[in-house]
Amino acid sequence: MPLLSVTDLRTYFHTRSGVYRAVDGVDFALERGETLGIVGESGSGKSVTCYSLMGLVPQPPGRIESGTAVFDGVDLLHCSPREARGIRGKRIAMIFQDPMTSLNPYLRISTQLMEPLLIHEKISRKEAERRALAMLESVGLHDAGRRFHQYPHEFSGGMRQRVMIAMALITRPELLIADEPTTALDVTVQAQILELIKATQQELGMAVIFITHDLAVASGLCDRVQVMYAGRIVETAGTETLFRQPRHPYTRALQRSIPALQPKGAELYTIAGLPPDVSKPIRGCAFAPRCEYVAERCRTLVPPLLEVAPGHAQACLRAQAGEI
Amino acid sequence: MAEPILELVDVRTHFPLYEGFLRRRPAGAVKAVDGVTLTLHRGEVLGLVGESGCGKSTLARTILQLIPTTGGSVRMGGRDLARCTPKELLAARRDLQMVFQDPYASLNPRLTVFDALAEPLHVHQVCPPAAIPGRVAELMRTVGLAPRFMQKYPHEFSGGQRQRIAIARALALEPKVIVADEPVSALDVSIQAQILNLLAQLCRKMNLSLIFIAHDLSVVKHISDRVAVMYLGKIVELGPAVDVIERPRHPYTRALVSAIPSADPAVERQRQRIVLSGDPPSPINPPRGCAFHTRCPHVQERCREIIPPLVPAGPDRVAACIRLDEI
Repeated sequence: MPLLSVTDLRTYFHTRSGVYRAVDGVDFALERGETLGIVGESGSGKSVTCYSLMGLVPQPPGRIESGTAVFDGVDLLHCSPREARGIRGKRIAMIFQDPMTSLNPYLRISTQLMEPLLIHEKISRKEAERRALAMLESVGLHDAGRRFHQYPHEFSGGMRQRVMIAMALITRPELLIADEPTTALDVTVQAQILELIKATQQELGMAVIFITHDLAVASGLCDRVQVMYAGRIVETAGTETLFRQPRHPYTRALQRSIPALQPKGAELYTIAGLPPDVSKPIRGCAFAPRCEYVAERCRTLVPPLLEVAPGHAQACLRAQAGEI
Repeated sequence: MAEPILELVDVRTHFPLYEGFLRRRPAGAVKAVDGVTLTLHRGEVLGLVGESGCGKSTLARTILQLIPTTGGSVRMGGRDLARCTPKELLAARRDLQMVFQDPYASLNPRLTVFDALAEPLHVHQVCPPAAIPGRVAELMRTVGLAPRFMQKYPHEFSGGQRQRIAIARALALEPKVIVADEPVSALDVSIQAQILNLLAQLCRKMNLSLIFIAHDLSVVKHISDRVAVMYLGKIVELGPAVDVIERPRHPYTRALVSAIPSADPAVERQRQRIVLSGDPPSPINPPRGCAFHTRCPHVQERCREIIPPLVPAGPDRVAACIRLDEI
């Protein structure tokens, strides 16, 4: 049985200017110890998918319209708040993009690190302090003893992200959701943080959902990658397969627009047009208006996500028919 | 090689620090840019890379004199911009324009596209008032926007479109040099490619020189002819873009290059990554000797003493490391 299985998740935002279908029918499963990458452009619904699981979607305006998310036998979307609290923050932890705004500037690092332990585990303050300090050392913070009682503003961006990771890992979660954890960081610091996530994952044997817009970051870290577009999954496959034989036109286009993979100075491949407005109902395939292989039926039929090879599913009618 | 169009000689930009409340006294300075010498040629794209806090944005603003220089000179068209009167500076900026990182913040939300693009034309009186609408329409077509959007406000555009407006505004006066400070960092990959194509195409067509600042090395390699790597206010390596990024000489450039994730999973699995420990040191109190010695894997005793000068490191290349030949 998978650790987490999400079926038909739909999260809509009801605003004055219309209903935004941020996540519109997402299915996926995650095994224990697996690393899943979710890749997509801004507005593709990759973050909202995970926020829905963590109960972080502001309601209203957000509403989870349908779906289940079963984590180890418990449906996170329909369980009691009490049950949910026992799982979120303990067995599932999350780290966010911006370490500058996701730590509380009024509280010492020590207080923030110990909080999950004091809430979720029957543990003395002294013991909590010992474990928090050990955790801080294991995420590679130099001089952890002195830094333990400092405030967030005394840390640099990379160090704050380390503190965030320590906070997330302190309860030894089975699933870590990382929402663009390195986007705000420099490449050299990004490399440090990616290594750290890899190392701790091996040590704790936890599963990771890694949200990113950077295909390159996903390629190095993830076992499996799923690509999202306009609130739906358009392709999912093992990392190797997804990069070697992408089938969906959007995945191909995304890959072709990375400068690193193209000859120097050549005209970069671009995807024409803009992502669709998810506040309007989309007929047919959401990518059809920008797709270079578009056929008449793409504009009317919604392509289902079908498995084309073991572990490789994609949602393009023409690719499924073997036409492209 | 083409004629030089912009020359920086030993440019320094320091921000003074003060201590005390009632009696403020000077207490050192943040040396954001500390002795940069650089020549930009006509029609050339020069990439400028480095981590945040290395002084690349400050350098950009110093070139435009948006921040006054502390020392050194910025020479362009026979003038030293660092010693110009405000009036001369205004005239000089006709040839020197800037595109900023965040297209959400760099456009005035209360001005329509027409207003934003017409403003430089008014200020510099480059064409008779009657010709302005025609010129604005032409500018919009140049950057790939339909002139019928002329009366719209910035909030009605997407990030990529706004960046096009910002580029059109920089082009309005037909400058010789554009300084673009992370123009694609805030954009999605597919949009980023569109803007990079636009910039490359404009440079070719209009024989523009471009200083392109980014932290993404693969983007810089793609668009630039030459690349300069900055660390703590100084240039540590400079040379042809492909050479520097494929065969870096300076230990810092090597670490930077090895940190870029590759989009190819097979390459990614095999590669040896040089993971630098820690963060860049503070520019208030930079380390003695080579500024990189605190994180350098090849550090020796003498690196802590000698400030390394930029020395030749191959054809058209310089690097600032005293152990270049040993490592």
